[in-house]
Amino acid sequence: MKRHLPRLARIAGHAGLRALPTAIGIVILGFFLLQQAPGDAVDVLSGESGGLSTEAAAALRHHAGLDQPVLSQLAAYLTGLAHGDLGWSARFNVPVTSLILQRLPGSLLLSGTALVVSVLAGAALGALMAAREGSWADRGLSVAALLFYSLPSFWISLMLIVVFSIHLGWLPSGGSQTIGGPEGGLAGLLDHARYMVLPVTSLSLFYIAIYARLVRVAMIEARAQDYVRTARAKGLSESRILIRHILRNALLPLTTVAGMHLGGMLGGGVVVETVYGWPGLGRLAYESVIGRDFRVLLGILLLSSLLVIVANALVDILQGLLDPRVGVSHAA
Amino acid sequence: MSHPALSIPAFAVPHAITPLLEVQDLQVHFGSKPAVRGISFTVHEGETLALVGESGSGKSMTALSVMGLLPDGGRASGTIRFAGRDTSTLSPAARRALRGGEIGMIFQEPMTSLNPVMTIGAQIVEALRQHQPLSRTAAKARALELIDLVRIPDPKRRFQDYPHQLSGGMRQRVMIAMAVACGPRLLIADEPTTALDVTIQAQVLELLDRLRRDLSMAVLLITHDLGVVGQWADRVAVMYAGRKVEEGDPSALFALPLHPYTQGLLRASPRLDDAQHYTQGPLTEIPGSIASAAGQDGCAFAPRCPQAVAACRAAVPSLRILESGRKVACPLAHQD
Amino acid sequence: MPPKAIFAAPGDHHTPPPPETRPLAAFRIEDTVSAPTASRNGVVSALRRHPPALIGVAILAGVTLLALLSPLLFPGDPLAITGEPFLWPFASLAHPLGTDSLGRDILAGVAHGARVSLRIGLSATALGLVLGVAAGALAGYKGGWTDAAISRLIEIFQTVPSFVLLVVLVAITQPSAGTLSAAIAIVTWPTVARLARAEFRSLREKDFVLAARSLGYSHTRIIIHEILPNALPPIVVTASVMVASAILMESALSFMGLGDPNVVSWGSMIGQGREYLRSAWYISALPGLAIMLTVLALNLIGDALNEALNPRKRGGRA
Repeated sequence: MKRHLPRLARIAGHAGLRALPTAIGIVILGFFLLQQAPGDAVDVLSGESGGLSTEAAAALRHHAGLDQPVLSQLAAYLTGLAHGDLGWSARFNVPVTSLILQRLPGSLLLSGTALVVSVLAGAALGALMAAREGSWADRGLSVAALLFYSLPSFWISLMLIVVFSIHLGWLPSGGSQTIGGPEGGLAGLLDHARYMVLPVTSLSLFYIAIYARLVRVAMIEARAQDYVRTARAKGLSESRILIRHILRNALLPLTTVAGMHLGGMLGGGVVVETVYGWPGLGRLAYESVIGRDFRVLLGILLLSSLLVIVANALVDILQGLLDPRVGVSHAA
Repeated sequence: MSHPALSIPAFAVPHAITPLLEVQDLQVHFGSKPAVRGISFTVHEGETLALVGESGSGKSMTALSVMGLLPDGGRASGTIRFAGRDTSTLSPAARRALRGGEIGMIFQEPMTSLNPVMTIGAQIVEALRQHQPLSRTAAKARALELIDLVRIPDPKRRFQDYPHQLSGGMRQRVMIAMAVACGPRLLIADEPTTALDVTIQAQVLELLDRLRRDLSMAVLLITHDLGVVGQWADRVAVMYAGRKVEEGDPSALFALPLHPYTQGLLRASPRLDDAQHYTQGPLTEIPGSIASAAGQDGCAFAPRCPQAVAACRAAVPSLRILESGRKVACPLAHQD
Repeated sequence: MPPKAIFAAPGDHHTPPPPETRPLAAFRIEDTVSAPTASRNGVVSALRRHPPALIGVAILAGVTLLALLSPLLFPGDPLAITGEPFLWPFASLAHPLGTDSLGRDILAGVAHGARVSLRIGLSATALGLVLGVAAGALAGYKGGWTDAAISRLIEIFQTVPSFVLLVVLVAITQPSAGTLSAAIAIVTWPTVARLARAEFRSLREKDFVLAARSLGYSHTRIIIHEILPNALPPIVVTASVMVASAILMESALSFMGLGDPNVVSWGSMIGQGREYLRSAWYISALPGLAIMLTVLALNLIGDALNEALNPRKRGGRA
């Protein structure tokens, strides 16, 4: 391993270099979008407080720097960002940063759990399908994968609520914990978990379907490789061949794709969190659209993009760890 | 090297005792398509038998059948005895013990035959620990010895390397190290040098020959390269379209090829002593191709044979044993 | 809903192999132009050999027919109240799929919703393809700083979570069919651009392109007549999946009440039924089935196209 550390360092450095201009570009894109928003924060405030006098509005605009030229506004925006200041939420009357950070754990919990569940279930189902290639189980699961791949997550959410909350009464239909229920400890954790089952399932099914198909093809490809024949020629047992030689190689593409899907999970969270009333960034995004609070909306856009950038860099490094050929040279 | 059989010189093994490998009437089919149509041969302890033929002649399928590693859809019939035991009666576990334990195998494509995400050290250790009760440290020490044995410089460094960091020749040496790790009695080498540079080919063959002597293994060498055969084999069997057409001592066979196919092969080979590949192009000296043998009666070579007579197309010629010990499957062949 | 390039367009993260191009002598150049790798006949026969694709084509044809005929079959405003509220499906001949909470006919809504979904799916895809192919062709053909700049832009748009960006775009514009399509195109073009860029990069070095250059053809002509036909197969595969993706995005927006409020759409029907899940779940369930069938059909077609047009992936299935 030691000899490969320089390579990993190089990969990490490369990922960082790639991330920086992307991050800057996204910030500029965000600022540009903010400029396009109809009305500014003062209009919103004015609308909510039942009308401000023209002079008061102008004073407020001046105070907020909204009467400055676009470029100086951009400079002010960037300076604020550098200090972690995303502006003031007119709708919620708190700093955007603290509002978003308060909702971040909920989103990370939901999308992180969904990502883990999708990867595990997808890999297991894909491996099963590949092992029984051409059987009825394979065909049935392929059809199921195609179905779940074609279903909108909000509709799955509603139908799961109909079945598991309304008709069977097994699971709660929304929220994140029982009001007045157990706080902390194992009981609190279990209570929390009960509220996560349906949102996580709704968010995961789509990705499980993708990963199952991906892993199925990768397994079928991997087991036809020459090195698998070599492993057999060594006299290894089939289970050892499967785990050490086939799975290890077949799961490589999954790590790439799953890392790239964090952004999709955060985006899908907007709908799923709204349906289940889950306190995360997604629902906050919905609330700020309805409240026309563009600063909050853009803060969410920037923060979730940042999460994706971090995830991409982590994936690059993970790939380097799992695949010794990555980051050596482009000819290999 | 402390191999138990090391003290017995290979050439002293009498051929009269039970052969190490005895293949009888082996047939391999893919669906209804025959790949091997009834081949028989033996390999004795310590000897090198070369199985020669064009691609498509069934020689690789023969080798894979011995290992029990036919690709999906392949069915083998006939008997394969290893050290007197019929391999078809072995339990799956016993078969696995044979593979990599008593029979080692190396393949044509060193570039793809090693797992790209495991270090070569780990892959050799895996082969060792599958068949021998070695501790991690002992297995690593043994693997380092093996890397040294196949003449890879700086074993400690190479142990940590991944396959993509090695050249084709080095990778084939790693394959050889893995194949001989557990001191097999038989090494099957399926076109071991075809994918390598000409300059590397001789080195790898020389290594194989030295290991055969040092470890007193028998070698079943599968090749299309007659140049390889002349130099390294004790005995040669020529295959055409899934059957053996001629067998004998290499020097005698090259001096006087009896089967018209062998004659054509030799004519097609530019110079036996240089290591050049004649098969990189088609066998221009023999008109037609091996595919024309599919689905017809009689001698499979008849459609391409300049000497074929009506009888050749009527029935498959049987393998005759001539006085010199030469075997040939051609009614027209005579030794004078 | 993220753009779903993984299924049908593996080229999203791996450079797909260039389509087989025949070795050509310079004087045969006109020949290549008229003979791109995958002929239309090839596609049709490939679809014919693939039973799931036939099912997909049949479903899609049915949905399209429903959309086209909806003004004739269900004249009048689908948002108009035509009967008793909360009629269950199959309970009344006048309302085969029942009525919603206000007494609007669900079948009429589904039929008119098909119009909205297909129109937005197709126009968003068309726009996304034009943007993406133009950007990708430019980047891949020109190389140099043009390529660097466009690649950056692609990366930026692929990093931003696409549905979040979509919500932002919709929030700052007035939702209408046009703005929805444009917003969806803005979040989907990078996928196409990346694919087109890779294709153009590899194709511009091919003999027939070099030959065209030596004949002094203009860059525009080379891009459109020489390279584009050969770069099309993977783009066609992506297009079918893009339509599915666009339909899913539009339905999610409408579900959340961010769609065009003046038309009935599958997503908005599901959203309106949400409050009555306890007593009348069919109001939400039925339009969802319509989405599922349409998207499934497009994915089936995409799969078959992928197998027919992408030689590397052939044999991946048993």
